[in-house]
Amino acid sequence: MDIALSKEERAFAERMRTFFTTEIPADIRSRLARGEHATREDIVTSQRIMNEHGLAVPHWPTEWGGQGWTPVQRHLHAEEMLLAHVPPPLAFNTQMVGPVIATFGSQEIKERFLPKTANLDIWWCQGFSEPNAGSDLASLKTTAVREGDEYVVNGQKTWTTLGQWADWIFCLVRTDPDAKKQRGISFLLIDMATPGVTVRPIQLIDGGHEVNEVFFENVRVPAENLVGQENAGWDYAKFLLGNERTGVVAVGQTKARIKRIKRIAAETKVGDRTLLDDPLFRAKLTRLEVEVTAIEMSVLRVLDAEGRTGSGKPDPVSSVLKLKGSELQQEATELLVDVLGPAALGYRETADVPDGFAELRDGAVDALPTYFNWRKASIYSGSNEVQRTIIAKAILKF
Amino acid sequence: MELDLTDEQRMLADAVKSLLDKRYDANARLALLQSDEGWSRDLWKQYAELGLLGLTFDEQYGGAGMGVGELAVVMEQFGRALVLEPFVATVVLGGQLVAAAGTPEQKAAILPGVAGGERLLAFAATEANSRWSLTDLETTATQSSGSWTVSGEKIAVLGGDVADTFIVTARTGDGSIGLFLVSGDAVARDAYKQQDGLGGADVLFTDAAAEPLGSVADALGHVESVLDVATAVLCSEAVGAMDRMLWLTVDYLKTRQQFGQPISVFQALQFRAADMFVSLEQARSMALMARLALADDDIAGRRRAVQAAKIQVDGSSRHVGQEAIQLHGGIGMTMEYPVGHYVKRTAVIAKTFADTDTLVEAVGAGGGLIGD
Repeated sequence: MDIALSKEERAFAERMRTFFTTEIPADIRSRLARGEHATREDIVTSQRIMNEHGLAVPHWPTEWGGQGWTPVQRHLHAEEMLLAHVPPPLAFNTQMVGPVIATFGSQEIKERFLPKTANLDIWWCQGFSEPNAGSDLASLKTTAVREGDEYVVNGQKTWTTLGQWADWIFCLVRTDPDAKKQRGISFLLIDMATPGVTVRPIQLIDGGHEVNEVFFENVRVPAENLVGQENAGWDYAKFLLGNERTGVVAVGQTKARIKRIKRIAAETKVGDRTLLDDPLFRAKLTRLEVEVTAIEMSVLRVLDAEGRTGSGKPDPVSSVLKLKGSELQQEATELLVDVLGPAALGYRETADVPDGFAELRDGAVDALPTYFNWRKASIYSGSNEVQRTIIAKAILKF
Repeated sequence: MELDLTDEQRMLADAVKSLLDKRYDANARLALLQSDEGWSRDLWKQYAELGLLGLTFDEQYGGAGMGVGELAVVMEQFGRALVLEPFVATVVLGGQLVAAAGTPEQKAAILPGVAGGERLLAFAATEANSRWSLTDLETTATQSSGSWTVSGEKIAVLGGDVADTFIVTARTGDGSIGLFLVSGDAVARDAYKQQDGLGGADVLFTDAAAEPLGSVADALGHVESVLDVATAVLCSEAVGAMDRMLWLTVDYLKTRQQFGQPISVFQALQFRAADMFVSLEQARSMALMARLALADDDIAGRRRAVQAAKIQVDGSSRHVGQEAIQLHGGIGMTMEYPVGHYVKRTAVIAKTFADTDTLVEAVGAGGGLIGD
């Protein structure tokens, strides 16, 4: 997308590229490039290197490690990271709880949590969704009842991503059962090691363990772990979800995926030519590339508007980004399955094969699991039906 | 990064919009469509006065000396109003071909008349058997005792019904392809209105007296380059048209009552309107990219961007257009209601210069858009 960028912005992107490809261990990046999942250790290692160089939380307030960058610079930083197959800083820390604490927390709670959150000394997970509170998040039922200097928490959270690796969880809890549904919710930080917290894994159709259920049974939480005001948590949650506007598209990741698809397709023989030269395959690929280029340009348009008018204004184009961006992410995963064909069918934990067997094709292990896994993209962060409703409301004004 | 219009571009857009708001509402346009010529010579003069007809020509030839990006800005407004005047034929294609390929004498002879609104041009390239190819042609140019003649039949010549001067592609004796100027008096025309109401013609050249436009050796490069610009500005025109289709549809959903309530309360319709918005925004992004790409010195990169833009824009306008009619119901099918006219124009754009399959093949064969 160089044609849209200024000379300075291109130089900035180049600087980011150099950083990511020289400072983040090649071992981590090459495993991610082959489609492997980042381990907890990979994510911690790379976030700490970034944090050391001031690149883990560039969008935070400058006193807490922010860089005062433009929206475009922040975007280029994230893009170059993904294109270099670097595990991004943990979003629960840097995109979610960090900005909420930095914006709404007391000085005390900021000092207590922000440095450790930036450095991933604390691994956070998100306690928002409940079995009966999905798209209708405000109907959540987990309660926190004040008793002296403590809240007593009871209830259940679900779809808690990487909760099995988490030290702390930031939760939306109901503190006023009598208030109207959005008004009685608070934003509470809970140490996962507190007695009464139980994590139960949910196995997903890709065979992996990415999400969990978290149960709270008479969990006693110090009242000082409340962020901001009691019963104002819904506003903080809306602020947090608003931060996902452009990042959730992760165009860089889709572009990296497409590059990989092209590389493997160029090595895949079909009759006397390669799959990349097959007209039907190439047409499908090209159409996807066009749409991805369009969404990238749409991201830049949103960032450009943000740079000129600030980020406060809700813009239905943000919903376009989520809706279309997730569909394109999903299409890209599907195309990798097309490339692998029969080689994608076996379920394998690793790419290891017994002696004497040929090496597995790149993608053989991850193509189908990734396709299955990414069905999530049109469900999370406001399902695509919720996004359509937001767009429809904005244009039809109902 | 600067994606918004410049102040100068915004002023240009506002000036065009304010003229069209006054003169080109749906009823005025319908009346024009049904008039003898099908467009307005009076408005053509006003475009000349606004400087639109010489927008990109050098000032020494009566032009305004603006860039091709400004053409896109004008065309988006033209798309909103569905302008019927032969602007693409005369200014975007003909004028730019003369400006790019012509000798100084030819530019001096032709461009001031174009900028002033006195001379209409048409670019005749397509033939019955050429489909989207610029080089697969049978029309010949023959030189004898110093003068040239052109023979052959061209089809789908935009603005060919009224052109004073034709710019024709033809194969010369040595097999190369040149551009030739032929007077409108020297041809036979089968004139018609295109499906979208714009004028067109099939044109027969029979030993028609001709003059090479610039040098034959450079002709094809100039044609390709002007078509890149033309493709990019058609993308802008289509985005203008699509934007109108979306908002006409939205307004209709809010006002049309059935079952005692506005039909905008039905989620089946809300979601389809939302998807139209998505398609429009994707197209807007790519038309913007094409406009920015026109300033790119890298010819291959610029062509790829423009081709990609048209793939997206044509796909989006098909979706938006079909849905616009469906969500309107029967009224969308009528000549008296504007939305169908937008559908017709964008359907023609989708088959102008190149169609989607051809563009997808071209972009794919060139290695695509995303690479190392």
